[in-house]
Amino acid sequence: MAENPVKEVRVTPIRNGTVIDHITCGQALNVIKILGINENNIYSSISVGIHVSSAALGGWKDIVKIEDIEIDAKTAAKIALVAPDATISIVRDYSVSNKYKVELGEKIVGLARCSNPNCITNKGEPVEPEFKVISKYPMQLRCCYCDRMLTNISDNLL
Amino acid sequence: MDLYHKDVVSIMDFSKDDIEGILDMAEKMVPYAKGEKTKRTLDGKILGNLFFEPSTRTKLSFESAAYRLGCDVIDVSEMSMTSMAKGETLADTIKMVDAYCDATVLRHPYEGAAKLAAKFSDHPVINAGDGAGSHPTQTLLDLFTMRQAKGSLDGLNITLVGDLKYGRTVHSLAHALTKFGMNITLVAPESLQMPKDIIDHLETGGCHPVSKTFLEDAIADADVLYVTRIQRERFPDPAEYQKVAGTYRVDNALLENAKDDLIVMHPLPRVNEIAPEVDNTRHAKYFEQAANGVPVRMALLNAILGGEL
Repeated sequence: MAENPVKEVRVTPIRNGTVIDHITCGQALNVIKILGINENNIYSSISVGIHVSSAALGGWKDIVKIEDIEIDAKTAAKIALVAPDATISIVRDYSVSNKYKVELGEKIVGLARCSNPNCITNKGEPVEPEFKVISKYPMQLRCCYCDRMLTNISDNLL
Repeated sequence: MDLYHKDVVSIMDFSKDDIEGILDMAEKMVPYAKGEKTKRTLDGKILGNLFFEPSTRTKLSFESAAYRLGCDVIDVSEMSMTSMAKGETLADTIKMVDAYCDATVLRHPYEGAAKLAAKFSDHPVINAGDGAGSHPTQTLLDLFTMRQAKGSLDGLNITLVGDLKYGRTVHSLAHALTKFGMNITLVAPESLQMPKDIIDHLETGGCHPVSKTFLEDAIADADVLYVTRIQRERFPDPAEYQKVAGTYRVDNALLENAKDDLIVMHPLPRVNEIAPEVDNTRHAKYFEQAANGVPVRMALLNAILGGEL
């Protein structure tokens, strides 16, 4: 009997929902956190692949597929902070209806809080935290108010 | 740089030429600051002096600078005396003060407060110290003092000693020193080292500060010794303060190994980091430095408020 080549299918296609691909390796769980998914609000299937081979990134990547949820632009912008090369595919009836790469502007507004507890933006003032992107690899953000570098980005996402 | 109607939030907003220009203007202000000449270039203007943290030199020198130029001053010296004690935001306070004044000077315990104030104010805001953040006008008077003593700022060897972690004066100063190609030596206890992001910023600017543990090892080549107080009020834990209080002390014995023309500076107040015996030596410049706050702040106010000299 001839041997069939083994085709590994780690994550199955979804009918409707969002595929977040090319996530920086190791950041999938932070993406889940950004999506606000926890034990109290899981109503559809979620597939998470960590340390998956990636031809596009030339190494390893993470991937997240969420059924029946289409993520919005603000969520995609937050994902860019932990996975600047991520691609978002909105899937409808097994077809990709919209695909785009997350984008990181020069300034990040209202997506993360400053990690400096003494920063004026953490003191109940009517301003949104604002950061200047200093570098994408590694991700380095400088607070536009107190000038400190943001540490632990994933812990400070709003 | 035309300073008219501009905010002064961070020294990083100024180029080397901008700084030299302000120091040149300050030089012209010296006889007016001493009362040897008078001119009311800011007659009819009102300065709002908001000091939500203790201050002696900065507050008084801003007031003196304003009055010397004919500018009136309204002020607040305690947060407890304002509606902020009732929970009013700084943003609301600033909007209101902005309606009463032509410019606002702000000292505040939180980093970034001056930036926020500038955002909510139509008139210029001058940062007079924001928490452990920055203190740009102190930096300008520090540079003015060095230039007066040394003739030029380029390529000087400067040793910064004391609280380099929380000291806003040294944070602002360090950023400015890179613009003049100064060689920086840092001396601080392990727990009070200069923050890494400031060091990274200095290195990006082409400056590679050298760290030393013992002050004795950093004195011989120095042209300027800039001493700062270890600030009890910035320590979350008093026990941590006790561990490092009194680590460094500048006295005449230490200065025996210094260059003849070394100048010793300090933003003041001092506690015990400079022995009183140093006050009468040729090295001591800290009281002159404090006095220089008036001409430097006169130059800034005059430029920002459009006075003509």
